[in-house]
Amino acid sequence: MIESQLPALQVVVPLISAPICMLLRRVPMATWMLAVAVSWLCLGIALALLTQVLATGPISYPLGDWAAPWGIEYRVDRISAFVLVIVSAIGAVVAPFSRASVLREISLRRVYLFFAMYHLCLAGLLGIAITGDAFNLFVFLEISSLSSYALISLGRDRRALTAAYRYLIMGTIGATFYVIGVGFMYMMTGTLNIADLANRIPQVADTRTVQAALAFLTVGIGLKLALFPLHTWLPNAYTYAPSVVSAFLAATATKVAIYALIRIYFTVFGAAEISEVFLIRQALMVLAVAAMFAASLVAIYQNDVKRLLAYSSVAQIGYIVLGISFATSTGLTAGIIHLFNHALMKCALFLALGCVFLRLRSVNIGSLAGLGKTMPWTTAAFVAAGLSLIGIPPTVGFVSKWYLIQAALEKDSYLIAALVLLSSMLALIYIWRVVEAAYLRPVPKGQETVREAPLSMVVPTWIMSAACIYFGIDATRTLEVARSAASFLLSGAQP
Amino acid sequence: MSLFGLYNDWIVIVLMMTGFYMVIAHGNLVKKVVGLNVFQVSVFVFYISMGKVRGGTAPILEEGIELYSNPLPHVLILTAIVVGVATTALALALVVRIRDAFGTIEDDEIHALEDEA
Repeated sequence: MIESQLPALQVVVPLISAPICMLLRRVPMATWMLAVAVSWLCLGIALALLTQVLATGPISYPLGDWAAPWGIEYRVDRISAFVLVIVSAIGAVVAPFSRASVLREISLRRVYLFFAMYHLCLAGLLGIAITGDAFNLFVFLEISSLSSYALISLGRDRRALTAAYRYLIMGTIGATFYVIGVGFMYMMTGTLNIADLANRIPQVADTRTVQAALAFLTVGIGLKLALFPLHTWLPNAYTYAPSVVSAFLAATATKVAIYALIRIYFTVFGAAEISEVFLIRQALMVLAVAAMFAASLVAIYQNDVKRLLAYSSVAQIGYIVLGISFATSTGLTAGIIHLFNHALMKCALFLALGCVFLRLRSVNIGSLAGLGKTMPWTTAAFVAAGLSLIGIPPTVGFVSKWYLIQAALEKDSYLIAALVLLSSMLALIYIWRVVEAAYLRPVPKGQETVREAPLSMVVPTWIMSAACIYFGIDATRTLEVARSAASFLLSGAQP
Repeated sequence: MSLFGLYNDWIVIVLMMTGFYMVIAHGNLVKKVVGLNVFQVSVFVFYISMGKVRGGTAPILEEGIELYSNPLPHVLILTAIVVGVATTALALALVVRIRDAFGTIEDDEIHALEDEA
């Protein structure tokens, strides 16, 4: 009985918890406990859905029992179940971590608001992954975006406010572009259901209207996923947001936007093979390579480690988009697997920085001197995830790079393969700068003794770092899901 | 005829570009929000005029009503308006906080203050 309601519960549970947080304003810690419980429940539901989908195929859930394509349909297939697991797993790890970090970085009377926004953001992100309706996707996109603007603005630095404002402007333009694209598609097909659109788009694929729709959708989602050169909102937003927010958003928000892009390209326009129209694939490839180099080069010169990681995120998104732009089975597998892997490592890195900020009140490279001695566990976690970012075996980063290069070689594009390797070297440089400061420089004289971060923060950080290594050594499980999701998308199957 | 026949699309395009230009060109944070609103409203108009059927009435189930406009785009836009209101409210709230923190709502002055810090 309850099993059949899981798709709705996945979104409804965090959505209902948000107003409950508002009621619990006098007991801020209760909101934290609620956040932990809800995140773990969501992870449980997502895992149950994934097992169910792998066993029996896609699940369709008519919301309110209004049959699709008239009603809103929730549709869980392999790729969406995979994204649901990623998002809720990140939430489940970040939520326990958040207590100590949030108390330090956000004033106590705002803590309940923080958790209310966290729940809304989680509901929005999960909703994007689960919905089978193009307009419903926009609504969830805006739920998650609006709550993340609010979350970012909770940062202590006043620049967090301007970062949130600029993200809001860019994000709203992106969402509005998406709505225009959906409008054009609706004009031509008379439907909003993604599966239904996939059936009807091929008949009208040659019209200018549908091509314009694809262009609007690409730019709109490109803004949300911080595709170079539409990434300008991202560095400041991640730098000045509270540590927990950076860790959560860096690992989930852009990933879910990439999922939306994959949905549009391979499900809605999959049968129409419209990705060949006006060289959209080639354009994506060029932008992805540009992101890999430009953002990595900028990252090398950053002194604020959070900002460094933010630029590195833009570069890593480049790798994912590069994988997608091949539009082959291996390429798409590489993109999907890196989506998972990058979520793991960026979450680990930002969580480690959260520990550092708790003790040092700064994440400048200069102030990290001697950290390897004073906070050995945190620093080791940072290094493990950092190695993964570079792509050194046996970490998850290696797995993604391996598949990405294979996809490039399959297409005989040796240049792209070389560029992937070359840009990994840039990652080596910026991670090395941090490692050098932490291990090779002495603890500055006269600095107060710094203790290791509390267990409640180190353990989640290490769970993420250990996952980076575990899924690097034993990648069969994740690869299997990614590969079957990729072949599923390419077969033009119904979502 | 066809050029003038699509006059609602022309209105949409003009509104859209006006709003977009305001967002990009204006340094004042409140004016940017106004621009964003104009931009969004153009999309609302686009959707609403899309659902209009010539000679059609409101979609009410009643005797004698045969031809009616497509209500779905109109309902979608009700949702989009709510999202737009929430966005505007949040943007204005942020502007208030920015003014408290920086003492100005001019983009270039804020940039100068940010670089100092």
